[in-house]
Amino acid sequence: MSTKLMALWEWFDARMPSVKQEYKKHLTEYYAPKNFNFWYYFGSLALFVLVIQIVSGIWLTMSYKPDANLAFGSVEYIMRDVPGGWVIRYIHSTGASAFFLVVYLHMFRGLLYGSYKTPRELIWIFGVLIYLCLMGEAFFGYLLPWGQMSYWGAQVIVNLFSSVPFIGPDLAVWIRGDYVVSDATLNRFFALHVIALPLALLGLVVVHLLALHDVGSNNPDGVEIKKVKGPDGKPLDGIPFHPYYTVKDIVGVVVFLAIFCVVIFFAPEMGGYFLEYNNFVPADPLVTPAHIAPVWYFTPYYSILRAVPPMFYSQFPGVLAMGLAVLLLFFLPWLDRSPVKSIRYRGPYYKIALTTFIISFLVLGYLGTVPTNAWGQFGPWLGEAERCTVVARIGTILYFLFFLLMPWYTARDSVKPVPERVTS
Amino acid sequence: MSDAKKPDAKRRNLIVATAVVGGAAGAGAAVPFVASWFPSERAKAAGAPIEVDISKLAPGELGIFEWRGQPVWVFKRSKGMLESIRESDSKVADPKSEEPQQPPYAKNEFRSIKEDVMVVVGVCTHLGCSPKEKTAADKAEMGADWLGGFYCPCHGSKFDFAGRVYKGVPAPTNLVVPPYTYLSDNKILIGDDKKGA
Amino acid sequence: MIMRTLTVNRLIVALLAAPLAALALVTAVQASEGGYRLDPAPIDHNDLASLQRGARTFVNYCLNCHGAQYMRYNRLQDIGLTDQQIKDNLVFTGVRIGEPMKVALSKEDGKAWFNVPPPDLTVIARARGADWLYTYLRTFYRDPKTVTGWNNAVFQNVAMPHALWALQGERALEIKNVKDESGHEHVEYHWSELSKGTQSTIEYDRTVRDLVNFLVYMGEPIAAERRHIGVIALFVLGILFVFAYWLKREYWKDVH
Repeated sequence: MSTKLMALWEWFDARMPSVKQEYKKHLTEYYAPKNFNFWYYFGSLALFVLVIQIVSGIWLTMSYKPDANLAFGSVEYIMRDVPGGWVIRYIHSTGASAFFLVVYLHMFRGLLYGSYKTPRELIWIFGVLIYLCLMGEAFFGYLLPWGQMSYWGAQVIVNLFSSVPFIGPDLAVWIRGDYVVSDATLNRFFALHVIALPLALLGLVVVHLLALHDVGSNNPDGVEIKKVKGPDGKPLDGIPFHPYYTVKDIVGVVVFLAIFCVVIFFAPEMGGYFLEYNNFVPADPLVTPAHIAPVWYFTPYYSILRAVPPMFYSQFPGVLAMGLAVLLLFFLPWLDRSPVKSIRYRGPYYKIALTTFIISFLVLGYLGTVPTNAWGQFGPWLGEAERCTVVARIGTILYFLFFLLMPWYTARDSVKPVPERVTS
Repeated sequence: MSDAKKPDAKRRNLIVATAVVGGAAGAGAAVPFVASWFPSERAKAAGAPIEVDISKLAPGELGIFEWRGQPVWVFKRSKGMLESIRESDSKVADPKSEEPQQPPYAKNEFRSIKEDVMVVVGVCTHLGCSPKEKTAADKAEMGADWLGGFYCPCHGSKFDFAGRVYKGVPAPTNLVVPPYTYLSDNKILIGDDKKGA
Repeated sequence: MIMRTLTVNRLIVALLAAPLAALALVTAVQASEGGYRLDPAPIDHNDLASLQRGARTFVNYCLNCHGAQYMRYNRLQDIGLTDQQIKDNLVFTGVRIGEPMKVALSKEDGKAWFNVPPPDLTVIARARGADWLYTYLRTFYRDPKTVTGWNNAVFQNVAMPHALWALQGERALEIKNVKDESGHEHVEYHWSELSKGTQSTIEYDRTVRDLVNFLVYMGEPIAAERRHIGVIALFVLGILFVFAYWLKREYWKDVH
């Protein structure tokens, strides 16, 4: 650095030393375990996708019109008439799916290595809040193109609220601001999608990271690196985040971008999973599409909703089950009674439970994309029940058992001795 | 750790190489975002050249056409009007159209391709109001020495029938002549001086 | 070190392959559920002549009732036409060629004539898929039970009459529910010709293919350019990966 630049920096530093302090605290002197593996890419990738979504989203609002008469056309306007608009739109639509993919893998990492266990409960809770926020973002954002799936997806989800006992119907009307999903709904969803939730999301990401940097990162061995420090007071198994993990995460970002570009430039609809075919038909309040399915990242919960039969002439139990399926995540740190964090040192019970959970989550996810009659019916011996529904019910039960039986099977599981230091 | 603080030559080179390629990728990614601020196809279509049929215009009649959201006057000047332009040479600020307020092919006595047909953007060069036509018959209103031309009601700027600005009025320059071309004797294309489009 | 490199490489390959594999799995989703079997549309986005013929069929036969309100005439430069050619051959309504392909038929008239207003066709190919359109446009038949006198094998009781009937001629369809030996019911379709059109079956199939080719192009005019840019983007990212990975390896020599 030239002396003049140095002098400028010193001038700045004397007046605002916190920049350098925070830089040190969070990057050059934040000691991260040296044994991060593949699963540890997804945290930085989630942050990266957040930036992509914010930037592309800001640009989309420059040409998008949140008006029931204009919204669908304004999206096509972006796709055709705005120079470069199609890339920006595909970045945003693909980014939405990428966000969930990355976040799901990030959460799975937490389950693998017990990242939610003491002292990281708060990090986990903030993370689940981020996930909830993200679901809200996705739901509100999906209405904006004002296609048939946008419209009917929103209609169905908002109607779920009308099944809430006593206040339900009024609640649904209040959310929509009308008796059906309409211009008023579109306009408020737009405001929530572009201002309210992004602000909440950014705040949550900040506290998620602050909480992480206060206690330090977990690692695939689930050992606390702060317990073994060298004579200089630095963890022996820790390396400064910058430059070591910045250069590593850049590689992760480049690989991610390559996959991202494959989707954007060669398969932006991703076979109907990222952009649904029916959403190229403008919203029509009088015609419901034959088959409504939410976008793939919601389908596990949609399956749970459909799997629970109506009780007492009410859909509410299904809605409750769906809500509970997400809310249970908050309690994970206290449901897990295992003395070890990482799956490497856990016994067979947890391994079986986690595998079953992941399989049922994926199967539920798949079933949510197809009509309930996709696999036909069982014979008379099972009352000619729809095969899909029966499988979804089994999947739903397994999903809940993973959480509800956790205190039992984690406490009784055999564990292997955890080493003092991380293994390489 | 001292390695990390003072990168050796190899690391330095690698950082530079990665930054350069990364910067190129970033610049590429910025292209659609920058490009999206240029006029869209809709804006371009709205601002596209317009075709004007002047066969129906009587001498002395002023036709107003919209181009890029501005009024464009197409005006068939009578012999007397052309004469008035010659007479007003001494009264206007820029009689020879030295200021580049017109394409080169309209930098002539009458500021037009054909003598009698004037094509001009009807927006005052002062603050953008649209001037009104005042013929030589409006002497009562415009003064005894008025030769006919255009008068801007906002701040009183005066122009002759070639759109040349009078001396001593707020407007600084002559009215703008847009690019135009004759597709045929009676068809003018306003907004583009290359054939076709 | 070699072991580590191998694992990383395997992961990257897996990551790159995953979306492609997923894509291969899901392409069948768009197919219609049950019902008339769809013929694969033999379209080719590089065949400019076919796109141009399709564009002409579109403005001649479709644009009277359907609009394509997000598609501008001058965009047809994409398929190798000059402004003059577009103006002379494809614009009948006298609008400027920067204008979108709007329809003269009002929504109210459309509703009065066909019971439903004819949908805008700009992105119809993205909603329906090429195969559906290709099959749909070739499977109209005479049906005295409907208001228009026409019906369709793919889209039962469709509101649209057969716009291309003069080309294809009139046909009748007999739909039979048949039980095979194992007792499974299935539907059989028997076509018969009522009158000849101006085109032979082969010619008509080609006309429809060109039209569908055009509709697919119109659904996403940028598609061809999108793929070209994608190749460049991946190439740049490939180079960036080499340097980024090299840099990472260099720094991680410190970590033992």
